[in-house]
Amino acid sequence: MIISVASGKGGTGKTSVAVNMALSIANVQLLDCDVEEPNAHLLLHPKISHEEPVYTLIPNLNEELCDHCGKCANFCQYNAIFASSEKVLIFPELCHGCGGCILICPKKALTEGKHRIGTLKRGHIGDSELVYGELEVGEPMAVPLIREVKKCIDKSRNVILDAPPGTSCPVIETVKGSDFCILVTEPTPFGLHDLKIAVQVLKDMKIPSGVVVNRAGIGNGKVYKYCKEEDIPILLEIPYQRRIAELYSEGVPFSQEMPEWKEKFRTLFNEVRRRAGK
Amino acid sequence: MKQITVLSGKGGTGKTTITASFAVLAKRAVVADCDVDAPDLHMLLHPEIVETQEFKGSKLAFIDEAKCIKCGLCREKCKFNAITENFTIDPFSCEGCGVCTIVCPTNAITLTERVSGHAYISKTKYGFMAHAMLSPSEANSGKLVTLVRQNAKILAEKENCNLVIIDGPPGIGCPVIASVTGVDAGLVVTEPTMSGIHDLKRALQLLGHFNVQPFVCVNMYDINKDNTERIESFCKENSIEVAGKIPFNPKVVEAMVNGKTIMEYSPECNVTYEIKRVWKNISKALESKS
Repeated sequence: MIISVASGKGGTGKTSVAVNMALSIANVQLLDCDVEEPNAHLLLHPKISHEEPVYTLIPNLNEELCDHCGKCANFCQYNAIFASSEKVLIFPELCHGCGGCILICPKKALTEGKHRIGTLKRGHIGDSELVYGELEVGEPMAVPLIREVKKCIDKSRNVILDAPPGTSCPVIETVKGSDFCILVTEPTPFGLHDLKIAVQVLKDMKIPSGVVVNRAGIGNGKVYKYCKEEDIPILLEIPYQRRIAELYSEGVPFSQEMPEWKEKFRTLFNEVRRRAGK
Repeated sequence: MKQITVLSGKGGTGKTTITASFAVLAKRAVVADCDVDAPDLHMLLHPEIVETQEFKGSKLAFIDEAKCIKCGLCREKCKFNAITENFTIDPFSCEGCGVCTIVCPTNAITLTERVSGHAYISKTKYGFMAHAMLSPSEANSGKLVTLVRQNAKILAEKENCNLVIIDGPPGIGCPVIASVTGVDAGLVVTEPTMSGIHDLKRALQLLGHFNVQPFVCVNMYDINKDNTERIESFCKENSIEVAGKIPFNPKVVEAMVNGKTIMEYSPECNVTYEIKRVWKNISKALESKS
């Protein structure tokens, strides 16, 4: 089973939920798909056993063959190629790696090259596996790296995907193909506003979802009202407690110090499994 | 005209709370909400929309069933696995590159424009605001950020404002890069947690990469004072100015629930006081830049 953990608003506790759930069940593979700011490893301290660079496909230009016809630049939807009558410039950061320019060049002046966008890391914590990506600073495109992280999915395990914040392409790429998505929110106006957008995304993608309310007790009751009206199940509430916040600040998953929470996260997992029909 | 971006790396550290406060404190500024997939600033500043623009940021392939001979070439050449078994387009995977349109032997595939959001120009109590909303599950937030920034710049010139304050999205990827390129200063809002510190360092590297003058502000600094000290000494070692340390105060969430900035909701509280100090430090530094 593949469970994703997403939120809309940042900082609501996605990684906390993903990590504490991972620590409460057996046979887990956790994939941190927030490749811009991966944090799960800071809480889990895995022993890294494998590291590899990740590249995207970019065009390489052979100047001698190029006759500056400009068809490549004209074709590129991402403005990654600039062509004038004397020069062709390639901007690897803008290239999506579709390979269209290589196909369209009549002189075969463009060939497949590669551009490093980040690093893929795999490690272990006991019998659980953590996989994560680290985007190079200055590289704009997270999606190809998320794709590489997701290629490591081992379907024989309980797979947990920790998504980045927001609701655009990196989030779509992460939650795509999951059996269920846990949406972590906080009971504040910002939390609710962004939750609504995330709920719409999951509806569009036809992925069943449920809500975990983190920092319960702050803000107001509107998140609960909304979930009730929209018939979205509230799977778990984590109260706002200074102790939980302090443990998080120290990089300690709170279920390790507050073992009563392990049972709650196991219940959460079983409930998700039931709802996903797995 | 000067531009400053409030960013964070990690989400939920308090960017929007601080940007909204700056909007109140700044005289003659245009505010831009560049978190286009989860914008929140409007809930504190209550903009009145003056103008709406359609955003056509990306394209989507379309297969004409009548012309398709199901040869499979498009599926073979598509790098994004966007063509399904039944020869339809998966809109969540298609990046609108157009490779399928050139390999199709029967010209059955065309690219269609998709409206993937809206950009707005609005008025608030404190001046003009440029913002946007990316439609749920759409791509290309970086391009929409660029549009919001263009709108903000045009507004600032027209209204004779000398400052644009940008509320950035979390992360360090394309919409963040689009929010920080060419600005005069970047304020990284962090929190004293292990994740906050890790993400702060990457956000600072990003500002360095694009030659933007960095400032740091530690929010909820008293949650973990040891970590706050770590942040301060890291900044000192790297000659980065810590513009202020904001204490934890439940009034911040209360203000949000009431749809107000903390400046308006609790003008005398310790958070308001400290944000004013941050603002003073940054505006002084901006003024001294020619």
